[in-house]
Amino acid sequence: MSEAVSHDSHHDDHGPAKGLTRWLFTTNHKDIGTLYLIFSLIMFFTGGAMALIIRAELFQPGLQFVDPHFFNQLTTMHALLMVFGAVMPAFVGLANWLLPMMIGAPDMALPRMNNWSFWILPFAFAMLISTLFMQGGGPAGGWTLYPPLVLQTGDAFPFMIFAIHLMGISSIMGSINVIVTILNMRAPGMTLLKMPLFVWTWLITAYLLLAVMPVLAGAVTMLLTDKYFGTSFFLGAGGGDPVLFQHIFWFFGHPEVYIMILPAFGVVSQIIPTFARKPLFGYEAMVYATATIAFLSFIVWAHHMFTSGMPIAGQMFFMFATMLIAIPTAVKVFNWTATMWRGEMTFETPMLFAVAFVILFTIGGFSGLMLAIVPADYQYHDTYFVVAHFHYVLVPGAVFSIMAATYYWLPKWTGKMYNETLGKTHFWLSMIGVNVLFFPQHFLGLAGMPRRIPDYAIQFADFNMVSSIGALIFGFSQLFFVWVIIDCVRNGKQATSQVWEGAEGLEWTLPSPAPYHSFETAPEIK
Amino acid sequence: MTEPQKPKAKPLALRLLAIAVVMFGFGFLLVPLYDIFCAITGLRAPIEQVAETDIESSEIAAREVTIEMVANRNNSAPWEFRPSESIKVVDTGSIYETSYFARNLLDEGLTATAAPDIRPVEAAKYFKKIECFCFTAQEFGPEESKDMLVRFMVSKDLPKYIDRITLSYTLYATPKVAGNNQ
Repeated sequence: MSEAVSHDSHHDDHGPAKGLTRWLFTTNHKDIGTLYLIFSLIMFFTGGAMALIIRAELFQPGLQFVDPHFFNQLTTMHALLMVFGAVMPAFVGLANWLLPMMIGAPDMALPRMNNWSFWILPFAFAMLISTLFMQGGGPAGGWTLYPPLVLQTGDAFPFMIFAIHLMGISSIMGSINVIVTILNMRAPGMTLLKMPLFVWTWLITAYLLLAVMPVLAGAVTMLLTDKYFGTSFFLGAGGGDPVLFQHIFWFFGHPEVYIMILPAFGVVSQIIPTFARKPLFGYEAMVYATATIAFLSFIVWAHHMFTSGMPIAGQMFFMFATMLIAIPTAVKVFNWTATMWRGEMTFETPMLFAVAFVILFTIGGFSGLMLAIVPADYQYHDTYFVVAHFHYVLVPGAVFSIMAATYYWLPKWTGKMYNETLGKTHFWLSMIGVNVLFFPQHFLGLAGMPRRIPDYAIQFADFNMVSSIGALIFGFSQLFFVWVIIDCVRNGKQATSQVWEGAEGLEWTLPSPAPYHSFETAPEIK
Repeated sequence: MTEPQKPKAKPLALRLLAIAVVMFGFGFLLVPLYDIFCAITGLRAPIEQVAETDIESSEIAAREVTIEMVANRNNSAPWEFRPSESIKVVDTGSIYETSYFARNLLDEGLTATAAPDIRPVEAAKYFKKIECFCFTAQEFGPEESKDMLVRFMVSKDLPKYIDRITLSYTLYATPKVAGNNQ
């Protein structure tokens, strides 16, 4: 691999502008990446605060802190904020920071659109969150927005729909940018099958986004016209069918699940080889597995709707198609394991998060398999078992991978090493917290506790209390995360450009911190 | 160093944007596709009328099937609505009659539409309606009550594993009222 041109012989006037306008008008992929990541962190804490109020209410049976209507608003907003505000922007932020550096490009392909796709997000979420203070409160029908319930939302309704449209536009622009960057701006010699896996997973994710975000936009537009313009897409009274909405929503919703996890697969596939000091086992198999998962995600949506009344043949098809996804996913898990096998492993914080990802994501995957079994799903549907399942794939799955990525590339971003002891402390607090928080929810679900309720029968009391204690540990240990980052920026030791002994890839040929424009001259790939 | 030919940024971006636009349209296309799919598979209970003379005289022996009658109203509809009998044991191949009772609770006139549903869905196409209040809109005067008739027959071709059918009606006020419910 060639050395990057690190001495900036020209364009000295081309550094970042000063002050607030730097951030408002920036077209630089690193600035925009930083904005995305900070925005995501703010949303993570906002949605997390809502989750803590939910867990506080559920600490004991009975109604303690909030009234049920507000509780429903919290569950709805928590999900919308975490999905569209925390996890997705975090991955877009990582893509912005890393894709140009990984493929040897100076910047993203469409920098002005990049600026726009970030800056509509704060407005979208300001609008969404403002609904909490409106008459009738925020949306309370669940993030899945099922009619006819969601049509009973008060003044918040059009604001929520418009906010979702804006988020969708932002995602679509972001994914167009990602695809054009990857297809157009790779350094000479960087063929598609030489791209780092994070680039591959993002390329596939971007196509998924492009295919399904517009479908969600269509679905919420139909909700809007049903409520205000007299159409009856989903209203039985006018000949519509509310189940149709579920089909359209989950046609978006299931690929959306993979949009949130495929980049995580990419992150973990970068980190594990570094700390196992071995190349990734089965690189091509990983690429094809990712593509297979993406394809399958389009033909399994109705497994979210087994109880909505479907012929046996339909249930069977969606059950088996869903179970089929376990195969490419298992390919990935086995490949990560095989990469670690007989590697010279060390366990720095990014590796700890990555290994925890593999183990805990697999638990979430297995509970997903259980939910795919139709007769079992009738028992599990809409219980805490579902809550436990998707939180296992999203929190110790997607969120852990984002944290792993942050620790892994933080020295490259800031030029400073974070404090390893603090990082490991954060990991262990999170690891313990997340399991105490979500594991008991499996038992609650199997015992029959429904989702989205502010009060429950007393036989569920013990596990709920344990879960709430875990929530407190997990929630507050994320403040620790912020402290580790601030400490890194302020007191961190200067990082080398290689940073990690076993790290491979173009980004590690750049100095730390990475220069404002990544590769002014394209590197040559062998 | 020769650059390999790569697509230019702008046309590629526009092509990708076109994908997004097409997928937005696809979301709406799902609406008629869903109707066609339901019609082909018989997922939705058919509302069309079957003439008494069209009833088949099959060689298959008649057997007993339990029909459960259910009445629903959506939350904004000001009705009292219930089946006059909740369970009826019928023979396949014979015509039966039952009725639903509805009363308008408002002191103004209302138009009602009833949407039928049948479970299990596999039974829907074997449940023949000869006369049904769901075929037409029902007019109600202020506080008027009505017994609304359903004449039906369960086809002898009903698959053997089905011995119990739920017939459900949901009564809606006219869309103008239901569409703007708060």
